[in-house]
Amino acid sequence: MIGIHNLTKTYKGSTVLNIEHLEIQKGDSLGLVGNNGAGKTTLFSAILDLIQPTTGYINNNGIKVNESEEWKSITSAFIDETFLIGYLTAEEYFYFIGELRGQNKADVDAVLSQFEDFFHDEILGQKKYLRDLSKGNQKKAGIVAALIGNPEVIILDEPFANLDPTTQIRLKKIIKELSADPDVTVLVSSHDLMHVTEVCDRIVVLDKGEVVKDLLTSEETLNELEAHFS
Amino acid sequence: MKLFMGFWALWFIVMMAFGGIGAFFFIKEKLNLDPFETVNRFLIYWLVFDLLFRYALQKMPVINIKPLLTLPFKKKKIVSFAFGKTIFSFFNIVHVFFFIPFSIVLIQNGHSVFNVVLWNIGLTALVYCNNFLNIILNKKDNLIFLIGGIITTLGGLQYLEYFDATAYTAPFFIGLYDVSFWTIIPVVVLLLLIFISFRSFVNDLYLDAGLASKVKSIKTENLEWLDRFGKLSTFLKNDIKLIKRNKRARSTVLVSVLFLFYGLLFFPGWVDSYEGPVWQIFAAIFVTGGFLLSFGQFVPSWDSSYYPLMMSQNIKYKEYLSSKWLLMVIATLISTVLASGYLFFGWEVYLAIIVGAIYNIGVNSHIVLWAGAYVKTPIDLTSNKKAFGDKQAFNAKTLMLSLPKMALPMILYAIGHYSYDPYAGYALVAITGIAGFAFKDVVFNKIERIYKTEKYKTIAAYKQTK
Repeated sequence: MIGIHNLTKTYKGSTVLNIEHLEIQKGDSLGLVGNNGAGKTTLFSAILDLIQPTTGYINNNGIKVNESEEWKSITSAFIDETFLIGYLTAEEYFYFIGELRGQNKADVDAVLSQFEDFFHDEILGQKKYLRDLSKGNQKKAGIVAALIGNPEVIILDEPFANLDPTTQIRLKKIIKELSADPDVTVLVSSHDLMHVTEVCDRIVVLDKGEVVKDLLTSEETLNELEAHFS
Repeated sequence: MKLFMGFWALWFIVMMAFGGIGAFFFIKEKLNLDPFETVNRFLIYWLVFDLLFRYALQKMPVINIKPLLTLPFKKKKIVSFAFGKTIFSFFNIVHVFFFIPFSIVLIQNGHSVFNVVLWNIGLTALVYCNNFLNIILNKKDNLIFLIGGIITTLGGLQYLEYFDATAYTAPFFIGLYDVSFWTIIPVVVLLLLIFISFRSFVNDLYLDAGLASKVKSIKTENLEWLDRFGKLSTFLKNDIKLIKRNKRARSTVLVSVLFLFYGLLFFPGWVDSYEGPVWQIFAAIFVTGGFLLSFGQFVPSWDSSYYPLMMSQNIKYKEYLSSKWLLMVIATLISTVLASGYLFFGWEVYLAIIVGAIYNIGVNSHIVLWAGAYVKTPIDLTSNKKAFGDKQAFNAKTLMLSLPKMALPMILYAIGHYSYDPYAGYALVAITGIAGFAFKDVVFNKIERIYKTEKYKTIAAYKQTK
């Protein structure tokens, strides 16, 4: 589904990303782990064509991301608060995203109804703009917005950060369901090794921009990762 | 940015100083009035406008208080510190540059030094009253609009010679000069205001009280009536919310209202140097184009805070642009209707305004969007502080593109006016405006290409924190 080829990104002489080849299959659920500055967000931004690679290219569904925009209709992401429109209420935001993705109100409502648990009554009907919600609630809204419009590729950067324990558990369930769908490719980054090993079938470890481990998740994965990072 | 602000401040100060000296001679020789009396008459408006300006622009001292709260300071000390900082604010100092030169001229022209000093002390106290009044008013919404409304009404009544409020206020200001102990009144009021604002601040020094950012309870809006615009409606709905809900975006509406009155400098012929016929077109462009110019120049920067979202969605740039364009056209049409008040100065004036509107819609709307495509400074929607004088409006490309906005219609008009008659001039400008419609697609394609080639740079630039 996603192919990364000879990708490097250099800022003022220092290389922050250097991936010779990484192939993510359709239906994969890939967990990206690494310390701060390992290049996780940079990689996601490159996949979304938000930054220009210094060398190399990325394919999404057979389309080079910097050459055509065809991949955008099947891809969705929540990277950070720049994916939120602060002056909208959560509902308005969901409907706006829905309209951009060719969904009518009823479609969006149908998606939202699946996440009532996850929202925990803190998102819908709040009489508040997104910018006035807490960080955790903003994240919930952003994650759900990324699931509107049946995307085939879903990219979530640090989805577990800032969430309360109950919501983390609910989010794990959501991501597991998504990864069970053979048509949906999920890319998740996290600092929490336990969470990613639980929800992803494949873990890629980045260190200073390079892939240092690429594992299929098994019983030992968590131990191996803990050993790597300690 | 600092340099730029500094430049404006300096320019303002110099203008004030010249104004202080110039006002005296202007009033005396041109208007044949007593300068001192005239200035006193208008002081009430001076002070009220000062208050309005402060309300819109002066930053509140609370902003940097939070980190101090947990440090070992007494609360009173924190408030004194915050208030102390406002004392040296530009908004207080700038008045000095008008009144000191004016006072010197007064003394040279035979006014008593002692009384002029008293008058100055009184005024300074009043200016500082405004400073603290603003601190108190800033906590209350809408009160300022009431004050603004009353003053506009009074000003209007005075202009139409129904009722002259200054007849009642001027004696007070003159009293500051004539009656030596009157100076005590503003000083006492000032002390009272300091006391009130000080107390309310000390009591409110909690994160969930005075330092809390105001969160109003709001309603979700569907704006479904906009769905008639088809595909544009998605963006149009958002743009209207953008303007309604963000301080910074709302100020463009304010600017367009102010520009509506800009024509008053030109059309009645009050200002000699603006009497040339070519200036009428210049004024007409501004009268109808206030919103267009102030909003359009920051497309796409209005969406800077969520630009990565927009860029990762499958957005048709054309629809995105068309929505902004439609908004500007609607605003221009509304301004044109509102400007019908200029019919008071004759229908030819209004004809110039209509011609200006046609040119704005047909040509300027495209050029403004085109220039905006080169602007890459993020906009902080929630704050008003840079609303006047963002530096990026002055890069070379946007400057180049501002020429056809203003100069071209003036030149076109001049050609028609001087080679044939005024109507030929209007016709030439209007025809150019109508012809501009034909280029809408060409320009939009061009802008789309700019957006695409500059995409990464724009995203990176918007990431820079304000």
